[in-house]
Amino acid sequence: MLIGVSLVTLLPRVLPMVLLGRIHMPEWLLAFLRHVPIAVMTALLAQSVLTEDEAWIPLQDNLNLIALVPTLVAAVLTRSLLVTVLTGIGSMLLLQWLW
Amino acid sequence: MGERAEEKLTFLGGVRDCIPTLLGYWSIGFAAGVVGVTEGLSVLEVGLMSVFLYTGTAQFIVAAMLSSGSTIASIIATVFVVNLRHLLLSAAVAPYFRGFPARKNFLLGAQLTDETFGVAINRLSLQAQGRDRWMLGLNVTAQVNWVFATLVGAWFGMWLPNPEQFGLKFALPAMFAGLVVQSLMQRKQLRTDLIVAGCAIVWFTLAFLWLPSHVAVIIAAIAAALTGMAVERWR
Repeated sequence: MLIGVSLVTLLPRVLPMVLLGRIHMPEWLLAFLRHVPIAVMTALLAQSVLTEDEAWIPLQDNLNLIALVPTLVAAVLTRSLLVTVLTGIGSMLLLQWLW
Repeated sequence: MGERAEEKLTFLGGVRDCIPTLLGYWSIGFAAGVVGVTEGLSVLEVGLMSVFLYTGTAQFIVAAMLSSGSTIASIIATVFVVNLRHLLLSAAVAPYFRGFPARKNFLLGAQLTDETFGVAINRLSLQAQGRDRWMLGLNVTAQVNWVFATLVGAWFGMWLPNPEQFGLKFALPAMFAGLVVQSLMQRKQLRTDLIVAGCAIVWFTLAFLWLPSHVAVIIAAIAAALTGMAVERWR
């Protein structure tokens, strides 16, 4: 089981880097790939803020959305990942304590 | 981060650039370790998963599916789909490592995660020297901390009944928020990027109405990136 799940995890991770490192990529593919980082990370952000255990978190109970506001402000003002994460955790602790 | 793009990158530089993400690895790894043992895995099994599988989402899924008695084939199939998004990440990093030997790219790709990808894509530039060493430093630091955190979590999980109440769950969204904002502010095409980000949220919301969330993430990312291409074409 461990070997199986490790292999199916390993292949998508390494194949593009190994294969695309050899061949010449067409311009449309590069143009697509240039947008992938923001697209993937925003989708992951939406997933982690809006859902939990494969279900929507009801909007009126969603503390993540409130904590996201100071987190985004910290990210824009400081551009520091560490300060952003600490602000996020701090905001969430405060919110959980207030609720 | 991005202003110093043309300096020479080093292994230690990669270690340093990993530090801001460690809180995320610790909190999620801790949680993954706790969940692992509470679902019936041993501390050793949790450690082995962190070394060989090395992905939080899949480790949660394996633990949950094992304890619910799923077949091995269905566990492997689920993990495969969940981790297909790494295809996108690996492909997006590939242009920076073109021309490096295949075994080097294999090694660097094997330790690719959402977080190291986010850091790397904001930090790497095509001019930078020593990208391979820098990436190795980033990768090794991340995984060592991940293994450590899951083991501590597994050990704690044997004592703690309900460890989810520490506000740490928000470390993951906060980390993604920070990575997105860094990317947005660094690339000089804010309007296009904001459209892509907006589309990713809308597409995820729509896709998650019908699909499991990990599939919705892949669909949303592809659709949003295609939208970005279309927006550029129209200009």
